[in-house]
Amino acid sequence: MNLSRVQSASGKEESNMPKLITQVGCPYCGSSCDDIEVLVSDDGKKVLEVHNACIIGTNLFHHANDSTRPMLPRKRQPDGSMKEISYDEAVDYTAKTMLAAKKPLIFGFGSTNCEGMSAVGRVAEKAGAVLDNCASICHGPSFLAMFDNGYPSCTLGEAKNRADCVVFWGCNPMHAHPRHTSRYSIFPRGFFTQKGSMQRTIISIDPRESDTAKLADIHYMLQQGHDYELFDAFRTVLRGHDIPDEVAGIKKEQILKGAEAMKKARFVMIFFGMGCTHTDGRNHNVDIAISLTRDLNEHTKASIMAMRGHYNIAGPGQVWSWQFGFPYCIDLSKGTHAHMNPGETSSVDLAMRDEVDCFVNVGTDAGAHWPIDAVKHVKKHPFITIDPNFNMASEISDLHIPVRIAGVDEGGVVYRMDNVPIQFKAVLKGLSGVPSDEELFDMIYERMCVLTQSEPIWLTAKEDRKYPSPVVS
Amino acid sequence: MPKISLNMITQRSIEEGAAMEKGKLNPDYFDACSICEMNPEDMKKGGIWKNTNVRVTSECGSVIVKAIVPTQFCPPGLAHIRQGVWANQVVPPRTQSTGVPQYSGFPVTIEPAPSENLKTALELVQGAVGLWKGGK
Repeated sequence: MNLSRVQSASGKEESNMPKLITQVGCPYCGSSCDDIEVLVSDDGKKVLEVHNACIIGTNLFHHANDSTRPMLPRKRQPDGSMKEISYDEAVDYTAKTMLAAKKPLIFGFGSTNCEGMSAVGRVAEKAGAVLDNCASICHGPSFLAMFDNGYPSCTLGEAKNRADCVVFWGCNPMHAHPRHTSRYSIFPRGFFTQKGSMQRTIISIDPRESDTAKLADIHYMLQQGHDYELFDAFRTVLRGHDIPDEVAGIKKEQILKGAEAMKKARFVMIFFGMGCTHTDGRNHNVDIAISLTRDLNEHTKASIMAMRGHYNIAGPGQVWSWQFGFPYCIDLSKGTHAHMNPGETSSVDLAMRDEVDCFVNVGTDAGAHWPIDAVKHVKKHPFITIDPNFNMASEISDLHIPVRIAGVDEGGVVYRMDNVPIQFKAVLKGLSGVPSDEELFDMIYERMCVLTQSEPIWLTAKEDRKYPSPVVS
Repeated sequence: MPKISLNMITQRSIEEGAAMEKGKLNPDYFDACSICEMNPEDMKKGGIWKNTNVRVTSECGSVIVKAIVPTQFCPPGLAHIRQGVWANQVVPPRTQSTGVPQYSGFPVTIEPAPSENLKTALELVQGAVGLWKGGK
C-alpha cells in the first residue's frame, strides 16, 4: 500500500503525503521480523510511525531521525577532542593504519548487511588482519559444538508449524527477542499446531524466574552454571537409566516429568541462548544439548536452534565461511591461507595477550560490551570505529567513521537466526554524503591497493559496484 | 562494613535493549543498566537498603551500581546486572579458550556504598582509557 500518490477530490495528485512502507525488515534481534510497516515523511527523510515492531525495533527506527547523527568522520586531536574530517582523509588514515599494523583486528558486524561483510573480507585479506564477529563473544561456543557434533536444526517456520514442545534453555526471548514467542515459538497457530499456545508444552530452563519462565508449563530453576549436569540427566533418563534424587538443584520427579513431556511430544524444539554459552562449560553445554536432540529423535522428532542475538549475526558465518572457510576468529595474517582457532585467534584473547596492534570496530560497540580490561588493551593502539551512531567505542576512538544504518537507510541481505536469507529494504533516504558499509570498505580497499601499488582485483570483478556512487561524490 | 559474596550473571533485558536503541548516551540507558538485581534476603544479610548504591567487586575490578529488588525473580545467592557498560566493569575477560568472556557465573562481593555516586557510561569507559575530561 503506497499512500504517496492519492488522488484528491479535485483530481489533482497530492504528493504531500506520508508514505507507508510495508514488509520492512527490523534490524535488531535475531528474529529479523519482516512484517514491519513504517510511515515515512513525504521527503523520505523522517520516520513518523512504526507499526508491528516491538519497543526496541520502534526505538531503533525512530532513532534514525536523531538530528545529531554524525555525518562526517571525526578524528581525535592531540588534546583529546574530536575534529570533523573528510571521508577521503578518513579512508586514507584507515588504509594507512591497517597497512602499517602487523596484525590489525577487525571486529563487529552485529549490525550490518552481508554486502558490507563481504566487502570487509577483501580489506582484511589485504591488511593481513584478524577478522572476527560478535559471535566471538556470544554464540562462538555454539559453533565449536556444531563443528564437533553437527547441528540438527530447522527453520523457524518449521518450529511454528510443527513444534508442540518448546524448550527455552538459557534464553529469555521475552526480553532479548520480544516477538519471537508470538511469531514462531509459543503463541502462533501453525499448520500442525492450530491451537497455538494451548497445544504447546513450554519448558524453560533458567536460574532466574525470567519473564519467559513465567510463560512456561515447566520451569526448571537450576543452580546457575550447572546446565551440563541437567542436560546429562535428561539424556540418562531418555536412555532408560536411573538418576540421583537431585541434579543441578532439580528434583528427580521434575526431571522425569520433563523428559516424559519431551518424549510424548510430536516435535520437540530446543532453543538455547547465552545461558549456555556465557557460563562455565561453554561449548560443552551446547555439545550435550545437540546430543540430547539426537537422543530425542529415537523417541520423536526433535530439532535445535541457537537464539542468535542480532538480525544478521548469522550473516558473517555464512559470508565468511564462503569466502574463507571459517565463520569467525579468522586469522588472515599469514597472508597465504586463513586460520581459525578460538582461544588463540578470538578477539578478547588476542586483546588480552596484546597480540593486535590496530583495532577496527564495525557495527558494534566493543567499548560497552567487552570486559573493560580487554578494551584497555586494544586502546593502546590505533582504534577506529565504523558505526552510524555515537556509542562508547566511538567516544574512545582515534577515528569514528559514520555510515548508513543497514535496514533503515540502506537495504541488503541479512540472515535470520535460522540461516534463512531475507532481503531487507531501506525506508529512508540516506544522509547526504554518508556511504554504506560496503561503499566505505570498497573505498578503503581501493586506497590500500593504491598505497601498495597493486591491482584492486576484487573491485574490477564486481559488476554492480556501487562506489564511486553519486551519494559519495 | 558487611560484605556478601554472590554469584553474578549479566544478561539482556528489554529495558536495556530499548534504551540502547535510543542511544547509549541517553538517560534511559543509564537508568536501565546501572542497577544490580538481588534477592531481598541477600540485601538483608549485606545490610543493603533497596534502591541504594552498592559496590560490586570481582576478580578484575569494581563498579558502583544501585541495588534493586529483582524485576525477574533471582534466588538468594544469585545477582544480576543487565548487560552493558556497568556490568562489563566487573566481567572477567577469561574465556576458557573459547573467545567468550565469563559474562555469567563469576564470584563477586557486594557491600553497601550509599555515599558513593553512580558514574555515567561515558565516564566509566573514557575514564578506563584515560580520556575522561569531565569532573569527578
